[in-house]
Amino acid sequence: MADMNDNREVVLKTDHLCIQFGGLKAVDDVNLEIKKGELYGLIGPNGAGKTTVFNILTGVYKPTSGRVYLCGEDITGKAPADVNRKGIARTFQNIRLFGKLTVLENVMVGLSNQIPCSVFESVFRLPRHKKSEKECRERAIELLKVFNLDEYKDHLASNLPYGKQRKLEIARAMATNPKLLLLDEPAAGMNPNETQELMDDITFIREKFGITILLIEHDMRLVGGICEKLTVLNFGTELAKGETDVVLNHPDVVKAYIGE
Amino acid sequence: MEFLTTLVNGLSLGGIYAMIALGYTMVYGIAKMLNFAHGDIIMVGGYMILLFLPINPIVAIIAAMIFCMILGIVVEKLAYKPLRGASPLAVLITAIGVSYLLQSIAQMAFGSAPKFITVAAKLGIDGKMLHIGGLSIGYSTIITLVCSIVVMIALSLFVKYTKTGRAMVAVSEDKGAAQLMGINVNSIIMITFAIGSVLAALASVFFLLKAPTMNPTFGSLPGIKAFTAAVIGGIGSIPGAMLGGILLGIVECFAQAVPAISPYTDAIEFSILIILLLVKPAGLLGKKRREKV
Amino acid sequence: MNKLKNIQWKNYINYIAIALVLVVFVALTLVGSVSASTTSLLEEMAIKIILAVSLSLVVGFLGELSLGHAGFMCVGAYIGGKVAAVLAAPLGNGILTLVIAIVVGAASAAICGFLVGLPALRLRGDYLAITTLAFGEIVRTIFMNTSENSFGGPVGLSTPRFDKKHFYIICLIMVLITLFVIQNLIRSKHGRAIEAIRDNEIAARATGINITNYKLLGFIMSAAFAGIAGVLYSYTKFNVSSQMFDYNYSIEILVIVVLGGMGSINGSIISAVAITFLNRYLANVLTGNLAVLKDLIYALILIFIVIYNNAPALKDFREKYNFQTLVAKLKRKKASKPDTDEAQVKEDA
Repeated sequence: MADMNDNREVVLKTDHLCIQFGGLKAVDDVNLEIKKGELYGLIGPNGAGKTTVFNILTGVYKPTSGRVYLCGEDITGKAPADVNRKGIARTFQNIRLFGKLTVLENVMVGLSNQIPCSVFESVFRLPRHKKSEKECRERAIELLKVFNLDEYKDHLASNLPYGKQRKLEIARAMATNPKLLLLDEPAAGMNPNETQELMDDITFIREKFGITILLIEHDMRLVGGICEKLTVLNFGTELAKGETDVVLNHPDVVKAYIGE
Repeated sequence: MEFLTTLVNGLSLGGIYAMIALGYTMVYGIAKMLNFAHGDIIMVGGYMILLFLPINPIVAIIAAMIFCMILGIVVEKLAYKPLRGASPLAVLITAIGVSYLLQSIAQMAFGSAPKFITVAAKLGIDGKMLHIGGLSIGYSTIITLVCSIVVMIALSLFVKYTKTGRAMVAVSEDKGAAQLMGINVNSIIMITFAIGSVLAALASVFFLLKAPTMNPTFGSLPGIKAFTAAVIGGIGSIPGAMLGGILLGIVECFAQAVPAISPYTDAIEFSILIILLLVKPAGLLGKKRREKV
Repeated sequence: MNKLKNIQWKNYINYIAIALVLVVFVALTLVGSVSASTTSLLEEMAIKIILAVSLSLVVGFLGELSLGHAGFMCVGAYIGGKVAAVLAAPLGNGILTLVIAIVVGAASAAICGFLVGLPALRLRGDYLAITTLAFGEIVRTIFMNTSENSFGGPVGLSTPRFDKKHFYIICLIMVLITLFVIQNLIRSKHGRAIEAIRDNEIAARATGINITNYKLLGFIMSAAFAGIAGVLYSYTKFNVSSQMFDYNYSIEILVIVVLGGMGSINGSIISAVAITFLNRYLANVLTGNLAVLKDLIYALILIFIVIYNNAPALKDFREKYNFQTLVAKLKRKKASKPDTDEAQVKEDA
């Protein structure tokens, strides 16, 4: 296939990923391979195991078997915070912001690991504290500007309108300087206009930061519009994978989505 | 022989704890709240018995049960119901407030000095012992043991076989879904509080059989202990509360029987709680819930 | 520009207020007109403030419910008091002994904080609450059953009492130190991380926050200052008895924090001062049979305030008539041009 002479670095690779809850195989032999700069889609009907795959990738669940490699490094079974530090950031299907922090502070929390400063230095207000706070603030505002959220910087995150909350979640994820961004149904609950805006945003940040993105989506328009490659999951197993238009016309995929 | 006596005493004390723990666990399962004032219902029950004891001990016990039932419902309606859906901490603090309120009302009505409430004497079983082989056990211990076993069996059957009981289980599993199935969640919560409070009143009868004194803060420690028992058994689980209660009662009686460690009885019981939670965070019979990400 | 200044001034208001109180009373002492009951009230207030602010770190900022704060205070009071009693002979009952007692008391309470923090990593909510309560009771029971020449057992531990007339100065200075450390912690990236854990633990993990470290840090820090409060307490009394550190005392501190408003340091301070003062005042007014009225009033106030602040049904009412919007309204009336930022906040709320 076209992959043969594509020698970009492989950012994410999963090797026969499986997870079992009790007797149920929620994810069964999933093999993803995502190259640097790709926008990859993970689709499938409800309960197909898409979010579970995300949870395994980010260390929320440990896989029953199989490995996860990030840029060639085995990160299987690492704790969520460590996975983030290795370079995977994510958003959540049901938005999870730090509601009682301001928009700016939400992004600053994301920047936390980029700008070191020990507890001792902070408590005794040593020079590095001031410097790091200033840098953190500036970088956060810069990032908010990219997402057109800077005018809301002093609002509580929980007071933002829905669409803006989704954007803020992406901004916070980007603040952790990831190699791979996982978006869990970013368009859920959005109207067509907002979805369009979101598609533009995703394309924009991908170009600006050169980031690799894996997204879960129900909205076929969004998937067809921006993803280059897809994997379709059904009952935890891979139904099809490959170039977007090929996959979307695959008879099994059509069957899984529309029925016989 | 001494071992057996201690065991029987432990079982009987455990029965009382189990009864109180049932109140905690059922309320926790259904209203998802830690009813800190539950222990004080025991105290109120004790004073009600004091009031009605001159008439007849049986009447006094029934009066206490009815009064506590009404009190439980009123407290739920006035203090907890407005906070349904609020943060758990807010509900807990309110419950603490209710606990203080009940204690101070009792203190105003009955004074802070301990009152003697001689239920056992009125029932004519004071100091009477049953001798089986070399074993001698007080009548009141046996009554407590038998009653608590009967109550536990009855409650288990109630939950399993009656419509209301099954509705209670449904509400504790998934409030939203239960509501959609046509279960009146409000009345189920009310019934839960009523049952819990009746059990607390009954527990106060058994405490009075053990030692006939009552003061306004009497309920605190048994309340905390029973809550510990409920957590040990796995809060929200009815068999768990029974198991936890009985276990704690036995531990308490055996710890008190050994002079070297008897001053540390409370510390031992609480240490068991902490160690157990570290090993099994959901308690012995509790269900582990996976938070959905 | 004006706004920036405003914010900075607000940041220091609690230091300024406490320093002012300190200066005023030191001046009065020099003139020689501060009564013993006033200084003991000041001591009591200072100790309560330290307890409330340190508990607020765990409950209000880290979002974990602790019902064992009195346990940490108990450790500080006993260990610090014992250190003071031992050192008073060779080193004299002066500042040096006091400083050593405070450091040792804080350190031993901090170790307990670490131990209680460990279950906090696995348990949450009500489970953690009962664990902390259990911890407090265990500590108390252990100290109550010590031998007479170690920690005094049921009789209590005899402690050297510091110069009664001036001890409130040390208490108030300790309040300033507590505020300095805890406030600086909260107003830093570490504070943001701690609040992030409170708001959404799963998201905090996914954002690379080391939950383990921050939870332990919160518990250790909170316990250390409770320990300091304990050492100060032991210095205000001739005798430390474990009786007083039961869970009711923990709950009293929790109530102070809740009444002051979760996650508000200034709220905790005001509420600690108000409650200590009211306690004293009501104890003088309501004597004899009326004494019980005090508890009744507290209980009712507590229930009403919590329901008012938290009942979902009263949400709209609260938003219309709360303190902050009232202040904002007044401000807007005063200023000819409404602050655009504030207007925006309102619109979105």
